[in-house]
Amino acid sequence: MRAGVLHGDVTVGWSLAPLSHDVTATTVVLGALASRDWRPMHHDHDFAVNRNGTRDIFLNTPNQAAWFERYVTDWTGPTGRLGRMTFRMNTPVFPGDHMVLAGTVISTEVDEVGCGWVDLDVSLEVDGAAATTCVVRVALPVDSDDNPWRRHGDRWRP
Amino acid sequence: MTDLPPVPDQVMARIDQIQYELEGGFPVEQGYIWTSCASVENGNPLFWDGEVAAELTDGPVAPPTMLSVWFRPHHWSPGLTEPAVPLQAHFDLKEDLGLPEAIISSNTNVFHHPVRVGDRVRSRQVLRSISEPKTTHLGRGRFWVVDVEYLNQDDAIVGVESYTAFGYRRDDGESQ
Repeated sequence: MRAGVLHGDVTVGWSLAPLSHDVTATTVVLGALASRDWRPMHHDHDFAVNRNGTRDIFLNTPNQAAWFERYVTDWTGPTGRLGRMTFRMNTPVFPGDHMVLAGTVISTEVDEVGCGWVDLDVSLEVDGAAATTCVVRVALPVDSDDNPWRRHGDRWRP
Repeated sequence: MTDLPPVPDQVMARIDQIQYELEGGFPVEQGYIWTSCASVENGNPLFWDGEVAAELTDGPVAPPTMLSVWFRPHHWSPGLTEPAVPLQAHFDLKEDLGLPEAIISSNTNVFHHPVRVGDRVRSRQVLRSISEPKTTHLGRGRFWVVDVEYLNQDDAIVGVESYTAFGYRRDDGESQ
């Protein structure tokens, strides 16, 4: 089985290495179109400012989800399988922002069917303030022969 | 400030009812998976390396967070007379409650059966709740929760997205 982070190696309080990215208009528009979100506040500056009352166009929710997924699976490797994500959007993320993703392990457990779960608090910060927070539940292999992607039906309880 | 009118009975009657069962406009495709990964510089080999996908998932799968991508309608298609909007149950509430602006304040995604290249994903929407009137920094309005359930061509649930939205009137009187 392909190497990745194993569930038993993870402890509560583990901090993931931060990920930084300078947001541009291209980041916002590319993310919106990649998620097939044609709404104008994600590509039309005038609409965003004069209709939505925001400072500029801003990252859409599905693309922020993709950023969180990328951040977590950069850490887990390909054997990590997302089970659940809960977002809270506090403030929009605009072109010109320098965003930083950071994450900490808040709990670990092996469920009744032997699936190894890790819960993380992940934040997307701009200027030191959390623009979006996300609790991510991800399954990791419990040993080198385990593969969370092989779990189906009652053996997958996200 | 004028308070909001009560929620109409016909709107309350929609709670927990399945609405807007939609077929995805196209099968899950590899090109869109790569476009999504490129947009966030996601180099997970599961989505780029066929050998890894064969080993771990018996073939290519989509990033779980692309769940909503597969049912979002084209911006235009032949015969379409008005722009199609996803999450129609949400936009219905804006209209029916007289709250012209709305933001999504939180969102929970639960991922079930993997979405595979070639799958045909369909969705259905369920209004779960509507709050009493609330005031936030954006204005006066109501929160509501809409679930979107996604199924594949074998009727297996591939995921559920739960959206909490705040529909509101702007305090500066610009809402129409």
